[in-house]
Amino acid sequence: MLTSADPDSILIQGPRIVDPGRGMDAIGDILITGGKIVSAGPRLSPADLPEGCRPIPANGMVAAPGFIDLHCHLREPGYEYKETIATGTRAAARGGFTSICCMPNTDPPLDNEAAVALVQQRARAEGVVRVFPIGCVTKGRRGKELAELEELAAAGVVAYSDDGDPVYDPNLMRLALTYTLDLGLPISNHCQEHRLCPGGVMAEGWAATRLGLPGIPAAAEEAMIARDLALAELTGGWLHLAHLSTAGAVALVRQARERGVSVTTEVCPHHLSLTDDWALGYQGTPDGGSGPLNYDTSTKVYPPLRGRQDVDALIEGLADGVIDCIATDHAPHEAASKQVTYQEAAFGISVFETALGSLMALVHRGQISLSTLVDRLTVGPARVLGPSFEELATLHPGSPADVVLFDPDLDWVVDTGEFASKGRNTPLEGVALKGRVVTTFVEGKVVHQDSLY
Amino acid sequence: MVSPEAAEIRATPPIPEAIPDFAPDGKLRRNVLDLDDFSAAEILSVLDGTAAMGEVLRRDIKKVPTLRGRVVVTLFYEPSTRTRISFEEAGKVLSADVINMSTSGSSVEKGESLLNTGLTLQAMGVDVIVIRHPHSGAPYLLARHLPRVCVINAGDGLHAHPTQALLDLYTIREKVGRLQNVKVVIVGDVLHSRVARSALWGLTQAGARVTLCGPTTLLPLDLLNCGDERDEGHPFAQVEVNTDLDRAIEDADVVMALRLQSERQSGGFLPSLREYIRRWQVTESRLERAKPGALVMHPGPMNEGVEISTGIAHGGHSVIEEQVTNGVAVRMALLYRLCAQPSAEKLETAG
Repeated sequence: MLTSADPDSILIQGPRIVDPGRGMDAIGDILITGGKIVSAGPRLSPADLPEGCRPIPANGMVAAPGFIDLHCHLREPGYEYKETIATGTRAAARGGFTSICCMPNTDPPLDNEAAVALVQQRARAEGVVRVFPIGCVTKGRRGKELAELEELAAAGVVAYSDDGDPVYDPNLMRLALTYTLDLGLPISNHCQEHRLCPGGVMAEGWAATRLGLPGIPAAAEEAMIARDLALAELTGGWLHLAHLSTAGAVALVRQARERGVSVTTEVCPHHLSLTDDWALGYQGTPDGGSGPLNYDTSTKVYPPLRGRQDVDALIEGLADGVIDCIATDHAPHEAASKQVTYQEAAFGISVFETALGSLMALVHRGQISLSTLVDRLTVGPARVLGPSFEELATLHPGSPADVVLFDPDLDWVVDTGEFASKGRNTPLEGVALKGRVVTTFVEGKVVHQDSLY
Repeated sequence: MVSPEAAEIRATPPIPEAIPDFAPDGKLRRNVLDLDDFSAAEILSVLDGTAAMGEVLRRDIKKVPTLRGRVVVTLFYEPSTRTRISFEEAGKVLSADVINMSTSGSSVEKGESLLNTGLTLQAMGVDVIVIRHPHSGAPYLLARHLPRVCVINAGDGLHAHPTQALLDLYTIREKVGRLQNVKVVIVGDVLHSRVARSALWGLTQAGARVTLCGPTTLLPLDLLNCGDERDEGHPFAQVEVNTDLDRAIEDADVVMALRLQSERQSGGFLPSLREYIRRWQVTESRLERAKPGALVMHPGPMNEGVEISTGIAHGGHSVIEEQVTNGVAVRMALLYRLCAQPSAEKLETAG
């Protein structure tokens, strides 16, 4: 193990190493050399260390494989006023994400090789984490004809999605699932039966009725999930369900899994922690339940924030593995698109930089274990992305040194003024979280170092 | 309490002395957004103020100098006749300068956002913005971002129409003599009615008993089921729902018919107008089941022959015209309440 003097060697000393891919959860050391993991396990003696190796004390911290995000919006090309690859990847790094998959609802959309290549080039030139584009299912995201899916696969997309909109035509969805059988990539669908929620802007229920806002019933999501599960069963195609938000959706997936349907799923941090009544604006206020209605547009997101029972069912599904992974659906927006009426406001939350803090609440409350949480942020998404991503989801010696170091117990208050993301649109502004990313490494290089440390 | 100048003008018989300046609990009010933040006492004090303003409206010369030098802008993003004119008249009777801003022909047509329009009006020194907007919550957006302007909601989306509800409460109190324990049946498209929603807050707060009646597709059942159970703490725990108008109307003191928009049929909420009329029109024969002398109300504009029969609309039970008259007085009382408050510093603390 002893190597010659290497100025690029880093020793992360004494963290709790949580590496679910190897079933590891123990205090130890991590030695990184030349951008690769040399060792991540028991404490090393000084004799084992290369000369000139830089020590990073990490007592009390958690070290884990860098997080992988299956679902984010980097907005470039076309919406650089909302986010760019440069700012979006820095926000990801601040959130502990080292690999992110960006959705193709850009302008132009990523429905051809050249558009995909542009994103890849920009990511190499300006990004600080690994960026994997997702390609469109249909040309122009118009839902009429399939995009050139093999060309997109050859260009390096990791999945297909018309995210922002569903693949609405059931026959086209069937054909997409069938055509991709030999391409080995999933179709990620944004499930929303628009006709069940005309004008809908938040979850149907007490809060929406109280605010006089058109609701989106759970059935709008569940009806299309049920359709897609039937189509996946019919075709044998690989269906990935984006951002589950309802208890009924979890139940549908659970049943489909039992029948052996080839389906993978994700859930977003906000659907695991926030409820629809946050739109009233009572949270975070001193009196917590009175005062004028807020119509907090930062809570407007698709799928909408829902009720406590849905949140509980999603946490349960995440804990028992019916839900494979956590994906951020990081959806940054410029301030003006949220400083309007709730009905006019854009859908989406800027999630990267609050993801870990809000997810750690589940661990602190004992709803999931730390290693399950890390699994759903690493091994889970890597499984959806395929075998070539396995090494990005583990600290196994020889793998690229994509590592996140976080303080699981640090109390901090969200201040969007500190965000690297251009999108300050989060209902968590001013909210206290416990758990914060300290350092993020991509291939052994520090891409984020928290200012508090 | 008012500026020395205004106090001087008071010497010419101004508004009656009976008008209370402040909320009874001493809390100043900056905005009127909905009735959900009005206590019963505050509602009653507004109604007392309304009675005094009604006296001004019955004078030969309907003009008092009370709000001289105040600027009121009506900012309407939706068509309106009665509400807008009612506010305009209320402001002018009180000698405020009333400016009507309509969205066509203004910067709104050039794509100016609501917030920027509001900031512009604030910069011009406007005292009160009366806003109607098709989106729920639009007045809240202005209220949150305009610290130097009072905002009155003249109807926002499906959400609220507090001045209409107050004039309804006033009309009921004037005609029935009280609000406590008065049985009010609200019939029709409650789901899409901001009038009904604000009335629900005001009526329940004032102790009236409310029954909602209409097609199940047009009732806001989620509003009544907070969470999964109707606990006692729920503001609408005592509100009843009965889709059978013949039953719902029994012993009613007040029947409030709501406007049925024709697009409800094309939207699939109703099989046909014919079936709606058969089941939910307020008719002479149905009204016989209510208390003798029961009031019939309608927020207007009416579809005679749909939600209300022509005979009832113009018959002896109808107080629909009184509602309109009282609307001016209610809006005078509210404008006075917001504008004639003491000092800007104190307003700051009112939140």
